[in-house]
Amino acid sequence: MMGSHNRQSFEEAHLYASPEEMESLVLDDHPLSTAAAIVSVAAEDDPLMSPPLRNPNSSDNSYLDPPSYADVVFSPFDGDADAESNGFGSPRSPKSEGLAGNFGNLGVSSRFGESSSDFLRIRVSDPQKEQEQSNSLVPGGGTYVTYLITTRTNLGEFGGAEFNVRRRFRDVVTLGDRLAEAYRGFFVPPRPDKNVVESQVMQKQEFVEQRRVALEKYLCRLAAHPVIRKSEELKAFLKVQGKMPLPASTDVASRMLDGAVKLPKQLFGDSASVVVAPHEVVQPAKGGRDLLRIFKELKQSVANDWGGSRPPVVEEDKEFLEKKERLHDLEQQLSNASQQAESLVKAQQDIGETMGELGLAFIKLTKFETEEAIYNSQRTRAADMKRVATAAVKASRFYRELNAQTVKHLDTLHEYLGLMLAVHGAFSDRSSALLTVQTLLSDLSSLHSRAEKLEVASSKIFGGDKSRIRKLEELKETIKVTEDAKMCAIREYERIKMYNLSSGCDSGGSLQENNKSELERLERERHDDFLNMLKGFVTNQVGYAEKIANVWTKVAEETSEYAQESS
Amino acid sequence: MAMIATRSLSGSSQSPRSPSAQPSLSVSVTDPVKLGNGVQAYISYRVITKTNLPEYQGSEKIVIRRYSDFVWLRDRLFEKYKGIFIPPLPEKSAVEKFRFSAEFIEMRRQGLDVFVNRIALHPELQKSDDLRIFLQADEETMERARSQDIGIFKKKPADLMQIFKDVQSKVSDVVLGKEKPVEESNPAYEKLKHYIFELENHLGEAQKHAFRLVKRHRELGQSLADFGKAVKLLSASEQKTLGKAFSDLGTKAEMLSAKLQKEAHNLLMNFEEPLKDYVRAVQSIKATMVERANAFRQQCELAETIKLKEINLDKLMLMRSEKVGEAEIEYKELKVEGEEATRRFETIVHRMNEEIIHFQEQKTLDLGLAFHEFAKGQAQLANEVADAWRSLLPKLEACSSTHT
Repeated sequence: MMGSHNRQSFEEAHLYASPEEMESLVLDDHPLSTAAAIVSVAAEDDPLMSPPLRNPNSSDNSYLDPPSYADVVFSPFDGDADAESNGFGSPRSPKSEGLAGNFGNLGVSSRFGESSSDFLRIRVSDPQKEQEQSNSLVPGGGTYVTYLITTRTNLGEFGGAEFNVRRRFRDVVTLGDRLAEAYRGFFVPPRPDKNVVESQVMQKQEFVEQRRVALEKYLCRLAAHPVIRKSEELKAFLKVQGKMPLPASTDVASRMLDGAVKLPKQLFGDSASVVVAPHEVVQPAKGGRDLLRIFKELKQSVANDWGGSRPPVVEEDKEFLEKKERLHDLEQQLSNASQQAESLVKAQQDIGETMGELGLAFIKLTKFETEEAIYNSQRTRAADMKRVATAAVKASRFYRELNAQTVKHLDTLHEYLGLMLAVHGAFSDRSSALLTVQTLLSDLSSLHSRAEKLEVASSKIFGGDKSRIRKLEELKETIKVTEDAKMCAIREYERIKMYNLSSGCDSGGSLQENNKSELERLERERHDDFLNMLKGFVTNQVGYAEKIANVWTKVAEETSEYAQESS
Repeated sequence: MAMIATRSLSGSSQSPRSPSAQPSLSVSVTDPVKLGNGVQAYISYRVITKTNLPEYQGSEKIVIRRYSDFVWLRDRLFEKYKGIFIPPLPEKSAVEKFRFSAEFIEMRRQGLDVFVNRIALHPELQKSDDLRIFLQADEETMERARSQDIGIFKKKPADLMQIFKDVQSKVSDVVLGKEKPVEESNPAYEKLKHYIFELENHLGEAQKHAFRLVKRHRELGQSLADFGKAVKLLSASEQKTLGKAFSDLGTKAEMLSAKLQKEAHNLLMNFEEPLKDYVRAVQSIKATMVERANAFRQQCELAETIKLKEINLDKLMLMRSEKVGEAEIEYKELKVEGEEATRRFETIVHRMNEEIIHFQEQKTLDLGLAFHEFAKGQAQLANEVADAWRSLLPKLEACSSTHT
């Protein structure tokens, strides 16, 4: 908006500006483009140590050169520069100034410092409308949008260097669901929202563009996660041509239906289906088909909350509870900071716009006075006005550039706020795993007491009671299966605990390179990312403030005679 | 304040601070005090006059005046000194609750001070009796004079208000001679008229954006303060060095917020207000143009009437009517009126020609100073911003980028 407005103003300005002023007015609009192309970030380098890239713009003695610095540190894959020299630019859309995948890419390059040549870069582009193959039940429907997903990597696990597939949003939802199931306890990045909008809106360019950006961000975040990036699910999503090989999630309704079918059997007879099979135990009850299990665990959680008795296994890990509390605080602070960052950005934008409009108004005035001048005093005034107008327009552009960079830096706050969702997910995975364990333990204890009673009863009868003995045997069978399930559940819970929180001990099957837990990873990454954010934000502010100061200092000098006259 | 007229009493462009033997008259408007209660509350100002002119009683005099007294002075000068661009007054406040805000009162005080000083330094206006009354009369006399003239000027203020509210079409019709067929066929003056009207538009726009810019500074200041607070809260969740960095950043942001508020005030007083003053001055010129058009019309109408009377008189003389005597007297009286009307008109023209030259010169100086203050303020602010943020960089560098 400001951009096109400004474009006009520069054209106008050219009409009245002298050639040498035109030179300075037609400031290089994209000093970034040349600078960005030259950038390559070595992960170990301290960004502030690298020398400022030369910028045709800065004849001034800037302490720092913000556009190039900001780019060096924060947008290594940025820019309209050609993708070759960059490796892989993240696409720049006119709307999104916080560039898609920026955060994710940052993670990729700067975090895997040890093997800085490891990369997994994902890009989402080229939305296309496609027709539904099967006859759709929805009249008039039947079209959807697919996106081109381009992956470049040198990770061995992928078995290839570059992949291109077409996926639709529904596939992403599936991917998200499968990952959530497979990686309980991990901080799985939340997938972009399903927007419930009309099909008309779905096809609008703006919506499609927003979605493209969101998808790219999401995939890059997945790529940045040390464990998930190597998952089968992600690989399948990125590599397999044609239809996605992952099982699509069925809707909850049909799952409930299935469960409802099973329920009578569970309640009235077939004791086999009463028991929770071990393999099912490792999934949360909610959302599953096992209604009975859902009810039982619900009953257990109620008992936990209201019952006087303590559940057999309690979340005793004080360290975990403390960390949970701290993360809750962090989330609130992040939300607050994120909000204030938004309004700061808006205020910066506004002041830049108004400054520009002021400059324009003075340019018009200058033109007017020059044309209508009869007296020399008018010509002098026109000249003064032009200086101020030019300065105001320059300053306005600096504000705009400053703001574009600020948005990128402060975006880190928004990113981490989003990540808090992933943390919630992991923590609730842990709670539900614990609940499952507790429920099974309750089950077992009531099974045991039933068995005891039967034994006592049958021992009182000579020769035994055939039906009772049979029941006892069945019960013992049930107990055994439930014991197995219990062991599974406990293992699952412990596993989640390990990934959540604790560090060090390798209880076999550790999937992480450095053997650190998700929480530690979060702390570490957050520290680095926030530090970079602060450095970037501050450097940026310094650089642009210097530029703006230079512009106005010159005008103040040029008009200093007026100050002396009135004193 | 940034708009001191530079004409001295002698009418030349000497600095007003000549040696004390020279005739001098300087005024200051100070000390705004709220008087009265409720709806009838108003602000009174202390007006201090220092002079060595014989017409004035004593070398120093202090009187108490309120806004409507200044309005009275302006109206009387406007009535008596047609052709001269009467210095503009700061506006009456539109918004009730704003009326007694410290900022508004200060702006008004400055505006009134400049107003009176411009009159005192104008070679013709400074000689006015009304000015003397304004500067010297006790409050009772002043009030009497004020309420008297409300009757006489009942229509006038309405006219002026109309002009000052810029009912463009009506004024331009009169001035540009659209309503009546009579208008001056003076191409230079035509050009001036169009110039003044267009100038007002352009200036108005610039002033509007200047005012917005003041607001934007305040808004940026506010959001920086809020951001600073939020960032400080975040520091609680971070490690020692990083946490400290966050809280330092927050503190700097809050500090810069205060600087922004200060610059907003500076902008308002020393940049936006001079622009507004410029707009008001242009509006005053438009009012003078109305007077000129009226005077011209009168002159023309009288000339018409005189011609008719002349023809009639000749007819009567031919007919040797007994009404000749009467007619002759009427004719002579009319001729005198006609000469007066012509004189009035020519005075206006003459005055305006001088005024416009001075106006252009003065405005170049006024605006030049305003621009200087603007640029100076912005440069200073930007430097403060740069310094503040720069001081954080060494601390940030000290935070290592590996987990500590």
